[in-house]
Amino acid sequence: MRVAGKGLIDRSRPISFRWDGTTYSGFQGDTLASALLAHDVRMVARSFKYHRPRGILSAGSEEPNALVTVGRGADTDPNVRATVQEIYEGLEARPQNAWPSLSFDVMAVNDLAAPFLGAGFYYKTFMWPGGFWEKLYEPLIRRAAGLGALGGEAAKDQSEKAYAFCDLLVIGAGPAGLMAALVAARSGADVILADEDSLMGGRLNAETLSVDGQSGHVWAGQMVETLRAMDNVRLMPRTTVTGAYDGGTFGALERVSHHLSGVPEGGVKDTFWRIVARRSVLAAGALERHIAFRNNDRPGVMAAGAVRAYLNRWGVAPGKALTLFANNDDAHRTACDLLDAGVHISGVIDSRPDAQAQGDYPLYAGAVVTGGHGRKELEAISLKTQTGTERLFTDCLAVSGGWNPTVHLTCHMNGRPTWEPRIASFVPTSGSIPGMETAGACNGAFSTAACLAEGVAAAQASLAALGMKSASVDLPVAEDTPYAIAPLWAVPGKGRAWLDFQNDVSVKDVKQSAAENFASVEHMKRYTTQGMATDQGKNSNVTALALLADATGRGIPDTGTTTFRPPYSPVPLAALGAGAKGKGFAPERFTTSHAASVEAKAPMVEAGQWYRPSYFPVQGERTWRQSCDREVGYVRNAVGVCDVSTLGKIDIQGPDAARLLDLVYTNMFSTLKEGRVRYGLMLREDGYVMDDGTTARLGPEHYVMTTTTAAAGQVMRHLEFVSQALHPEWDVRIMSVTEHWAQFAVAGPLARNLLSGVLDDPLTDEAWPFMSCGPVSVLGVAGRLFRISFSGEHAYELAIPARYGDSLFRLLVARAEAMAGGAYGMEALNVLRIEKGFITHAEIDGRVTAGDIGMARMISAKKDCMGKVMAARPGLVQEDRPQLVGLKPVGPVKQLSAGAHICSRDEDAVPTDDQGYITSVGFSPTMGHFVGLGFVKAGLGRHGEVLRMVDHLRGLDAQVELCDPVFFDPEGGRARG
Amino acid sequence: MGELIARTPLDGFEPLTIGDVTLSEVDMGVLTSVAPYKGQTKAIAAALQDAHGMAWPAPGRATGKAEARAIWFGRDMALLAGPVPDPSLAQHAALTDQSDAWTCLHLSGAGAEAILARLVPVDLRGSVFKRGHTVRSLVQHMNGSITRTGPQTFLIMVFRSMARTLVHDVQRAMESVASRG
Repeated sequence: MRVAGKGLIDRSRPISFRWDGTTYSGFQGDTLASALLAHDVRMVARSFKYHRPRGILSAGSEEPNALVTVGRGADTDPNVRATVQEIYEGLEARPQNAWPSLSFDVMAVNDLAAPFLGAGFYYKTFMWPGGFWEKLYEPLIRRAAGLGALGGEAAKDQSEKAYAFCDLLVIGAGPAGLMAALVAARSGADVILADEDSLMGGRLNAETLSVDGQSGHVWAGQMVETLRAMDNVRLMPRTTVTGAYDGGTFGALERVSHHLSGVPEGGVKDTFWRIVARRSVLAAGALERHIAFRNNDRPGVMAAGAVRAYLNRWGVAPGKALTLFANNDDAHRTACDLLDAGVHISGVIDSRPDAQAQGDYPLYAGAVVTGGHGRKELEAISLKTQTGTERLFTDCLAVSGGWNPTVHLTCHMNGRPTWEPRIASFVPTSGSIPGMETAGACNGAFSTAACLAEGVAAAQASLAALGMKSASVDLPVAEDTPYAIAPLWAVPGKGRAWLDFQNDVSVKDVKQSAAENFASVEHMKRYTTQGMATDQGKNSNVTALALLADATGRGIPDTGTTTFRPPYSPVPLAALGAGAKGKGFAPERFTTSHAASVEAKAPMVEAGQWYRPSYFPVQGERTWRQSCDREVGYVRNAVGVCDVSTLGKIDIQGPDAARLLDLVYTNMFSTLKEGRVRYGLMLREDGYVMDDGTTARLGPEHYVMTTTTAAAGQVMRHLEFVSQALHPEWDVRIMSVTEHWAQFAVAGPLARNLLSGVLDDPLTDEAWPFMSCGPVSVLGVAGRLFRISFSGEHAYELAIPARYGDSLFRLLVARAEAMAGGAYGMEALNVLRIEKGFITHAEIDGRVTAGDIGMARMISAKKDCMGKVMAARPGLVQEDRPQLVGLKPVGPVKQLSAGAHICSRDEDAVPTDDQGYITSVGFSPTMGHFVGLGFVKAGLGRHGEVLRMVDHLRGLDAQVELCDPVFFDPEGGRARG
Repeated sequence: MGELIARTPLDGFEPLTIGDVTLSEVDMGVLTSVAPYKGQTKAIAAALQDAHGMAWPAPGRATGKAEARAIWFGRDMALLAGPVPDPSLAQHAALTDQSDAWTCLHLSGAGAEAILARLVPVDLRGSVFKRGHTVRSLVQHMNGSITRTGPQTFLIMVFRSMARTLVHDVQRAMESVASRG
């Protein structure tokens, strides 16, 4: 219920929202949790494993119970913590992990079967039969236990990633963080102040404490405004720093518009930040821990600090007759604040016999709560006092077992926290994260004065490390109450006392783990699932290991903690993968002929990141094969034009350019004459073929190398490696020119006629023999011409600065069409080269040697080259290696398929009888049948042999004859003529 | 005889303004990579100064002015942007014409830094990355070059073939920043 006159909510701005099908109202500033508590909605969830009724426990991101689903369809966000979700007009949230309803959940039967379902139950029970785990047990268990589900529709990419840099990152905007940020900012440092909450100020917003004579929250608000007005400060509310990484890098999730009715136009739900900070201050505060007792998970049992927060920040009393169970003085503030607000306190139970009442409420000193009563709501509690047992009626029990510093981030780089007996908890170990200072409650300093002072000290230490002079700032006056606590982890007694609410782990489970010798803390964690997953030990870590220490007879420091891992709180995968969906997945690389190709209705296919035309359909053609056959005909009978700009082009200049080429190519390039082109083969260091292509010599010390489209980047990297790492003494410079030149293949008997029409000088066979190159003038534009052929025809490649690419392509195609030719695409290009036995990366797939493709003699005996030594290894030269062959169908089945395997006609088509495989096939309109390339054991010497091709995937079985890979014009006269 | 028509990488792209930031294609003139040969760095620096009146850029720096810049472009390499390179440069360095290889965009406005913070994993704060500073880095998934040419203006360059992707990625970041008001 709401308490008049309390809270920082804006009561002038009511907001209506829906929860579990019912409409409620709250106020601006409410979280879903505070608004539900204001309406006395207690039970909000069913637990993970036993489907026990659960209510709101905390007031922060550590909430283990109140996980809800927000939104519908593609906008569904499951597993949202109700304590973090701010309400907005139209918010629609619903419970999860309950069927058919939250109130009547069928799976709650698990709770009755609990004696059988304890820790280790699955491991022991579902062991056999072996195959059943994966197929039967696990799917069943996963369906029964669980969290929320996605909406079932593809979500829009409404996340982004971003980078930020600063001198000092302050994590947490409580009193320590605010002071650290102010000191650093006043000293001139670039400061980022990040806080999970929408409202900065930390516990000051949840307490009635004063700072410098003002209400704590007023002081915090003024501090925030002071910082906001400074140019060198960036405030990041709603931003959780989720992980600490190398080099001062932090991951952080900013919840940008989860508090708004819909994502703004062009905006995002989440931003995942990578923040690089020269120094950092962790001021992450502390998390209150629970005390385990029977049925301590009933809706209505809450953390004492959270009850105080709901009262002071949101003006909500989570019950009408409240009780308090604690082992420390701090928790008594809850009773005092509630009394001041006029809420009835039924009793305060303090386990310490010397506890003193701090207000006018009934105190049970030296007593413990032994159990909660009621099922869907807390109705009463049982006490064991120094004189006997009692029962108190209450609808809300506030529990405090003390506070655990939020040490998580300090452990992300394998640091281990240090046990501090004064607060019966762990504190960060100094130096765990390079460059990080810790301050305030996360450091074990629990009074406001100590937090403020530590914030200042942390900033000063950071500034000193940055070499900056610290500005002097007056330390505000605040309470400095000593922290008094006597550890109490669990109340002994029958029944299940809960530790980890999110994973349904009880005290008994931890003891069971120890009894079964899973006694190391990491083993216990895995055996029981305590502190796992999104909880990351926030709620029960210290309590569980204290109980384990007790059960194993070791001390807590010796028992140690489990590993805190990033992220501190859950990060949507959508945020981590932001921007990588659809068009954002990878760059789209378009050639200059792209628009013309699309206009010609060519289906575009991806070749790496490039888009290339598959074929250019004309009216009346019903299949791609018809188009392909026609385009092959252009090249064989008239002239075809194809954009080959995607091939890598590398400019190589310098006195040692020839030496570099001689080393990276198997064959010689220093002997290549100017104005000539040579085919070259390149090996990797391990002796296998890396790439092939042509290299032209443009001048005495100037070459331009062509690579395949696929290996352009790899070859560039290889050249950088050789020139930087192996021969830094060589004087050679390399530069990619792939993007500068648009390059078009003009191939076919009429190629010269076509080119003559666009070149400003005559194109003669004498001046331009096969494998020549040089500068040309193309309608007044300086270009380059290479007389090379990938089709076996009389062909050229004409390069022109890319700005003219679109124009030249359209012109060439129009002229070709006038000559009964036209544009050809990848399909025709592929058929043309298979007909000629030319290889691509379908053949040189990284497992193939020069010998395998019949090019052993291309490894020059006169010189060394990259990969030469390794290529001579016995395994790489043995005679029965699969070698390149041509393939043609000879039986009744006239088809070949790429990927099919080759075996003998009289053997079964099984892997042990495998003779080889087919790499490329195409229907050759020139030959009138399918042609293929493949690799067959010792195939170079087996031409004429008939084997069997089996394609289990496509259900093809055909007889094939091995032949020379060059099907068409083996003498090569057409290319030269 | 036909006429060859020159087209820019983003042929027909009108300046795009979202919020207070404008993205526009810019004609940088002739682009030439200048890669000095062994031991020629001093000589190329002198030749560049003599011929084009600008200093040889140190790593991470760009020299010159709007019409003629020398932008550090990688290991021992600068990109001369604007003038046709003087022939004297070729004695000391490998010159390669890159005029058509790059998409060049200006991102200009108060939010430009915030937009680039969503695309470039490098510290581009004004106090660190000042006018005349340049970097070769990632622009989302692309290799690029980013230069601050003014207090609120950056020159972004990626491969010509990736022009459309660059606009897509920058526009998305512009919209996101603008949506925050």
